[in-house]
Amino acid sequence: MAKRIEASNVTSYYGSFKAIDSISMTVEPKTITALIGPSGCGKSTFLRSINRMHEVLPGARIEGRLTIDEQNIYDPDVDVTAVRRLIGMVFQRPNPFPTMSIYENVVAGLKLNGVKKKSVLDDAAEQSLKSANLWEEVKDRLGRPGAGLSGGQQQRLCIARTIAVEPQVVLMDEPCSALDPISTLAIEDLMFKLKDRFTIIIVTHNMQQAARVSDKTGFFSIDKTGEPGRLIEYDDTQKIFSNPSQKKTEDYITGRFG
Amino acid sequence: MSMMTRSDLAGVAMTPDNIRTKKLPLGVSLLVAVVAFGLAAAIVYGAGIGNWVLVVVLGWILYLVGLFLAASRVEGSRAARNRSWQSLIYSACVLAILPLASVVWTLVSKGVERFDANFFNTSMNNIGARDANGGAYHAIIGTLEQVGIATLIAVPLGVLGAIYLVEYGRGKFANTVRFFVDVMTGVPSIVAGLFILSFWVLIVSPWFNNGQPRFSGFAAALALSVLMLPTIVRSTEEMLRLVPGPLREGAYALGVPQWKTILKIVIPTALPGIVTGVMLAVARAAGETAPVLLVAGGADAINFNPFDGNQSSLALFVYQQAGDASKYAPARAWTAALTLVALVLILTIAAKMLARRNSLTR
Repeated sequence: MAKRIEASNVTSYYGSFKAIDSISMTVEPKTITALIGPSGCGKSTFLRSINRMHEVLPGARIEGRLTIDEQNIYDPDVDVTAVRRLIGMVFQRPNPFPTMSIYENVVAGLKLNGVKKKSVLDDAAEQSLKSANLWEEVKDRLGRPGAGLSGGQQQRLCIARTIAVEPQVVLMDEPCSALDPISTLAIEDLMFKLKDRFTIIIVTHNMQQAARVSDKTGFFSIDKTGEPGRLIEYDDTQKIFSNPSQKKTEDYITGRFG
Repeated sequence: MSMMTRSDLAGVAMTPDNIRTKKLPLGVSLLVAVVAFGLAAAIVYGAGIGNWVLVVVLGWILYLVGLFLAASRVEGSRAARNRSWQSLIYSACVLAILPLASVVWTLVSKGVERFDANFFNTSMNNIGARDANGGAYHAIIGTLEQVGIATLIAVPLGVLGAIYLVEYGRGKFANTVRFFVDVMTGVPSIVAGLFILSFWVLIVSPWFNNGQPRFSGFAAALALSVLMLPTIVRSTEEMLRLVPGPLREGAYALGVPQWKTILKIVIPTALPGIVTGVMLAVARAAGETAPVLLVAGGADAINFNPFDGNQSSLALFVYQQAGDASKYAPARAWTAALTLVALVLILTIAAKMLARRNSLTR
């Protein structure tokens, strides 16, 4: 189910601006990988290039190889929607579809991809909402607008929506930055639960969060503004936070810069 | 920067220790108003330079000045400026609404005279200058058919064009399209009418009519759709741009193709705004006279077929009746104008309710 992701020399551009420079890392299946680093260092750019979401912006392009179980997702004959169905994404700000109810939001991915059978959709909605720890809170008001939920609930709704299409990898771009500590805890618990089924990569500015949830941590940094972001160190979370091999990583996690 | 001390704030009534301030009592405002209008009446009628309109204008100016003076004496200059601006803004709002209210009042009061069954059941066929009867049945048919066909043509083209500009259009071609849409917005309706006259009526219509050029309601609909198109494109474009990018990305991240994202996520989110834009265009088209006169020719008799023969429309009917010598004609013109406004209003309300029905925002 979950798949291995391998990046080798991934370099990404926005127009002529080089955002990240030859990132190489391997993400094992059924693990949680955290990407940390100061703002503007290319964490999100790298994350978005994993499911080809960065292409949405005009002028964005990429060099290097990014494979999911040995298939390069940037091969010219690859269907980008198939890649995104395989690699789901949760965004920084909860973005439930405002014209849809809670139920419709959860099954939106399935419905828009052609699943019509009511029983399948009902099952998927219930399972996904249960996996996202939201079922108990919304089961009596599935017909209400998704945008009427609280911020934390909306984010869990978006996670439910993402896992309803049964992806293999879930990318999370600072999923808790707009949430309070209790909602953050709920989502971290959720990540542990989802780890059994998905490969999870999470971008976070919260180092305690990275230390709490992840198996491996990648530290990104830039030399100065305008320079491309680089992967400084990538290792077991344990090692990064106790005994990093790079001076720069140590400076960052001890709060000396950034 | 040094700390602000009490002495820096000398002369200001409000200090960190005192957050209370005096308020101008309502009674004083009313007194100022009474004095201002009394003074204005005395000046205007005393000097014999005008009537009540001048009293109102002068009184209002005196009231604003008096209010400012009274407030700055009691409340201080900051509060007085606030009060004056507030009064000015309210005045501007009233001024803006006045003409509209006046138009509605005039239409209703003059339009009710012929607002009867006869007006809606008969045409102007065989109605002479001395006949009190006669109605706008043929004109209502014409307006509904012409505007309906124009909407059917312009809405799909306009909405699809806007989708192209927002979702797909990049580079020179899109900019050119956008530029020409802007230029088209300023095309006078008579030019649109002339274009359809020279293109459709004089060149195309003879093919269907044994070589004879022919007026038709459809030609009028074409001219109206030329006028509606830029309005619809621009308003739809603005509405689609307001749909947040993260919504699109959210759909892409679920593996939904772009066309389906646009159809199922972007359009429904922007729908109420798109409908408003379309209704503005419909209202503009329904009120056009010149193109209908040029390419549909106008008619006194009922003609249900928009593809063949002269047709009238409500706006054209108003124009013709207002210029008619018969003493019964002005009443017909007023009622037709009232009918036109009511028609557009009903269509707008219906469209808004339809657009809201599907969305969940309550």
